[in-house]
Amino acid sequence: MTVHDLEQNNPNALEARNMSVYYGSFRAVKNVNLAIEKNRITALIGPSGCGKSTVLRSFNRMNDLVPSARVEGEVLFHGENIYAPGVDPVNVRRRIGMVFQKPNPFPKSIYENVAYGPRVNGWRLSKREMDELVERSLRGAALWDEVKDKLNQNGLSLSGGQQQRLCIARALAIEPEVILMDEPCSALDPISTLKIEELMFELRRNYTIVIVTHNMQQASRASDYTAFFLMDSDRAGQLIEYGPTAQIFQNPKDERTEQYISGRFG
Amino acid sequence: MAVTDLQKQSSFLRNTREKLIQIALLLAATVSILTTIGIVFSLLSETIAFFSEVSIIEFLTETEWTPLFSIKKYGIWPLLSATLLTSAIALLVAVPLGLVAAIFLSEFASDNVRRTIKPLLEILAGIPTVVYGYFALTTVTPFLKNFIPTLSIFNSLSAGIVMGVMLIPYVASLSEDSLSAVPNSLREAAYGLGSTRFEVATRVVAPAAISGIVASIVLAFSRAVGETMIVAIAAGQNPRFTFDPTVPVMTMTSYIVQVSLGDTPYGSLSYYTLYAVGFTLFLFTFILNIFSYWMVRKFREVYD
Ligand SMILES: Nc1ncnc2c1ncn2[C@@H]1O[C@H](COP(=O)(O)OP(=O)(O)OP(=O)(O)O)[C@@H](O)[C@H]1O
Ligand SMILES: [Mg+2]
Repeated sequence: MTVHDLEQNNPNALEARNMSVYYGSFRAVKNVNLAIEKNRITALIGPSGCGKSTVLRSFNRMNDLVPSARVEGEVLFHGENIYAPGVDPVNVRRRIGMVFQKPNPFPKSIYENVAYGPRVNGWRLSKREMDELVERSLRGAALWDEVKDKLNQNGLSLSGGQQQRLCIARALAIEPEVILMDEPCSALDPISTLKIEELMFELRRNYTIVIVTHNMQQASRASDYTAFFLMDSDRAGQLIEYGPTAQIFQNPKDERTEQYISGRFG
Repeated sequence: MAVTDLQKQSSFLRNTREKLIQIALLLAATVSILTTIGIVFSLLSETIAFFSEVSIIEFLTETEWTPLFSIKKYGIWPLLSATLLTSAIALLVAVPLGLVAAIFLSEFASDNVRRTIKPLLEILAGIPTVVYGYFALTTVTPFLKNFIPTLSIFNSLSAGIVMGVMLIPYVASLSEDSLSAVPNSLREAAYGLGSTRFEVATRVVAPAAISGIVASIVLAFSRAVGETMIVAIAAGQNPRFTFDPTVPVMTMTSYIVQVSLGDTPYGSLSYYTLYAVGFTLFLFTFILNIFSYWMVRKFREVYD
């Protein structure tokens, strides 16, 4: 078997091994072991401050932007540790995209928002190819029909839910393998939220999705796997339980998980 | 009972004090507005006096300016061209360097570096312009003469360059403010799409801050147009219509200095030229300010 075949057979898109994250001397996340399966939606849940965003941002080295942040352990992507010396975080982020809690389109046109990624990645596309890529990405984010007549309008002129789908389209345009979403619906109304959840189901055919959510219903109806985090006594976040979403919600093994999902704390 | 009285009294005192402060503030604001109106009005009335004797057509089309000679000509172009030339040279220096400094400070420098460099830049802005003027005349011009042997002692090149250096902190500081005001969420979005630091700065942050950057450039331009000491000392006193940066010229401000220092009799036509030139200068900076106000309004992005 070649390395390539091995990789084909690897069911995991991402794998954290014994990962700890520090902000200065404060350990925010402790010894996380977590394998994210390909073409599935994995939800990270847990009370505020337990390190969900920190874990998510460690998956594409966004934490490098925080000067005090430091990661120990490994995060494997295609069998390669993305924290190994010599790995360029820019390349990691080109393949592992991110959608943020608050929609953050660039103050550019809708078209330019989507075309931004391919442009900075140096893709040499003709005008027609770029048009097609923009359309495909906007369709992928279920936004095309709403904006096809106003591609030159500023992205900030869209509604919050549309802006968030624009941000998803923007992430899709560079054709990442994994999309990380940090509470992508928390700033949206219920209808926009449902749209994004439907969209995630569509996207999981071609992408692997990791989503942080505070919304238990969202986690239970929109994810395949659920990881539950909790702070321990020194305020370091830990992975308490991880498994198929149905099992976590119907038959949790850990008492703390059961307490959390039944709304008894957090 | 007693407590209620006390409360009443203290709130009465407080209200009176608030009222007094309000009136004082209003007076201060009114004084500055009245001063401005007064200046514009006196400029305008003397300018009208000037144009009752010199036709506005001559003023705008004649290419010689010789109000102090026996054959008097009143074309603004020699003064205007000198002002434009020195300002353009100054902007060619100040805009690129100021923007690079701003982007460096906002996007690349660590907090410590920023805290050291910003005050240093602001010192540049605090140097008296007369010092800059002599620096241009006695250091920059002789230095440039090594490369341009035909350079005159007085010329717009060194005056413009030194004026540009003086303007760097204006461009840098204002632009840095507007770059820093760009929300971090945009930087994160750009990094998340695989941008390098340089791409984040040039393709996302700088375009998002464009209104502030343009405002800083327009401010620098209007400072350059109004700058007096440097050009009066280093650019010469020779009104001529040229865009050659190596020869002596005379800017609008230099002319005003020359006439104010000379013994021009009050009420004479040459005395009124002062106001015509002053008014042109005023109009120029006024239009620039309106333009910058409009740019800022037009391009400001609203982030919530
Ligand atoms: N940039 C930072 N610098 C220092 N400490 C940080 C930073 N970001 C997060 N932390 C700390 O790390 C811990 C985990 O934060 P994190 O944002 O990952 O939690 P979270 O689970 O996403 O919370 P929430 O549900 O409120 O978003 C918290 O104690 C937080 O104070
Ligand atoms: Mg969070």
